[in-house]
Amino acid sequence: MDYWMAFLIGGMICGIAQLVMDIGKFSQIHVMSGLVIAGVILGSIGAYDSLIDIAGAGALLPISGFGYLLIKGILSYKMENGWMSIGSGIFQLAGLELSFTIVLSFFIALICKPKG
Amino acid sequence: MRLAGKQTWVFENDVYIQATGTVVGPFEAEGPLGSQFDVTYRDLYCGGKTWELAERRLMKEAIDICLQKANVTADNVDFFLAGDLLNQNVTSNYTARDIPVPFLCMFGACSTSMETLAVGAALVDGEFARTVLTATSSHNATAERQFRYPTELGVQKPKTATFTVTGGAAALIGREKSLFRISAATIGRVIDAGMKNPLDMGSAMAPAAAATIEQHFLDLGASPDDYDLIVTGDLSKVGSVIVKELLSESGYDVATNYNDCGLMIYRPTQGVFAGGSGCACCAVVTYAHLLKEMQQGRFQKILVVATGALLSPTMIQQKQSIPAIAHGVVIEAVRG
Amino acid sequence: MKLKENYQQAVKVFQPKPPYVLNGIKAFFIGGLLCLAGEALQKGYVFLFDMSLLEAQHLMLLTFIFLAIVLTGIGTYDSFSQFAGAGATILITGFANALASAALEHRSEGWITGVANHMFKIGGAVIVYGIVVAYLFGTIHLIF
Repeated sequence: MDYWMAFLIGGMICGIAQLVMDIGKFSQIHVMSGLVIAGVILGSIGAYDSLIDIAGAGALLPISGFGYLLIKGILSYKMENGWMSIGSGIFQLAGLELSFTIVLSFFIALICKPKG
Repeated sequence: MRLAGKQTWVFENDVYIQATGTVVGPFEAEGPLGSQFDVTYRDLYCGGKTWELAERRLMKEAIDICLQKANVTADNVDFFLAGDLLNQNVTSNYTARDIPVPFLCMFGACSTSMETLAVGAALVDGEFARTVLTATSSHNATAERQFRYPTELGVQKPKTATFTVTGGAAALIGREKSLFRISAATIGRVIDAGMKNPLDMGSAMAPAAAATIEQHFLDLGASPDDYDLIVTGDLSKVGSVIVKELLSESGYDVATNYNDCGLMIYRPTQGVFAGGSGCACCAVVTYAHLLKEMQQGRFQKILVVATGALLSPTMIQQKQSIPAIAHGVVIEAVRG
Repeated sequence: MKLKENYQQAVKVFQPKPPYVLNGIKAFFIGGLLCLAGEALQKGYVFLFDMSLLEAQHLMLLTFIFLAIVLTGIGTYDSFSQFAGAGATILITGFANALASAALEHRSEGWITGVANHMFKIGGAVIVYGIVVAYLFGTIHLIF
């Protein structure tokens, strides 16, 4: 069941994004930015938590999951840190992915050349 | 008066293409014309360290081959005209360091090939020069990273997108008699049809191509039947249909003798979307393939119209439309 | 309608449309299958390494980022994306590909002015909008 929901929800997010790109003539960067914003907003009202409960990786892997991690970081550290949670909490969870991507991108540029 | 009508130069003195040189990359080598180019590279880097150096090498090598075929050295040429797609025309300007003659750099996007040929022919015809060397080049990866996205970025391109040709081409123009005579040239006007999609340059350039072809017929009192072939530079699958439609609306029927270089250079199975584009597209197909066809007697008189989309990523981001231009050159086969 | 009279409208007939349905189906299935693989991986990590769900979720994301960047380096991610469309680009793998491809492309301009400066030229939008909006909503949560 978990697998089915991951497949369905993840697939639907991708399918809708594709239609927005094709019909609305948006570039992928626009769609990605829009999804991140949607992830943040849904995360802040708690809806994205329930979506992850249902779909698991199907809600985490789309880039909206990254937006969710950003806001989730702030919200879950609010109790301990008060106002300081906004600036620092933002990277508490999403920082894992962000820093890994930056570091690995740097090292891949060290090793590989673009193939064209 | 050598100006006929409004935009066409008629060359009264005999101006000839003495020799040409063409160098292409791996995708063009796999295409249907692969065996006709002088040099083909297996690797997209073409022995250069970066994409830009690869493109410079393509242009340099095309020039070397061209001069070698004509049996002259670079310092015996009177003028050098060149252009390419990159910012500040870096490929041309850096190549010109090695050619110790006066240099004029030109930019007409993908129409540069015929722009340099027309201006070169005019210089020779007007006796401002005895021999003029013209060159142009483009590279898929340099164009991709300058005008679009990094080459490795995963973007889904639409069917209207074109694939920039990797290649360099050079031609030597002079008074010495050869098989290929340049008899006329029509210089185009910049035409902006208001198209804004940088991934559909065919529809942006087609009105410019149609305008130049019509003006050419008007200025010379000619008709499409006077030419064995009317060929456009890089309108691709989308634009070539539009230009035929535009011409037929004006009463010119080119259904039988029209073709597009961007459609000739690749096989449809190569994953090149609508076809080839870039400065080198028109130049390598004309210099390598069409001149060979003329030599073999298949064509007597051809009109080559190189089309250029004067595209700038900055202007696109500022929501401006894409202006376009097209220049036509008539090449005739001279026998006996 | 004649092209000469109203080019911008009349030309639309000649411009091929993207295959909406086919593209949508491809994006749905490939995106869905990747998410299914992610779910399996996540469950596998919990089972194999006896870790918490949170840890497994992050490890799963890192695995996908790792694969995307390696495929970018090898030079196959762009052809995969051309086929899969949004199924590959709007996942976190697309974000990783955006950073890695920009870094790769600009290595010819040096390690600082090339790789480092240009790394975010595509993916930067995601980071900027994510952080700005999260900051605003975080502030709202703090106040109310």
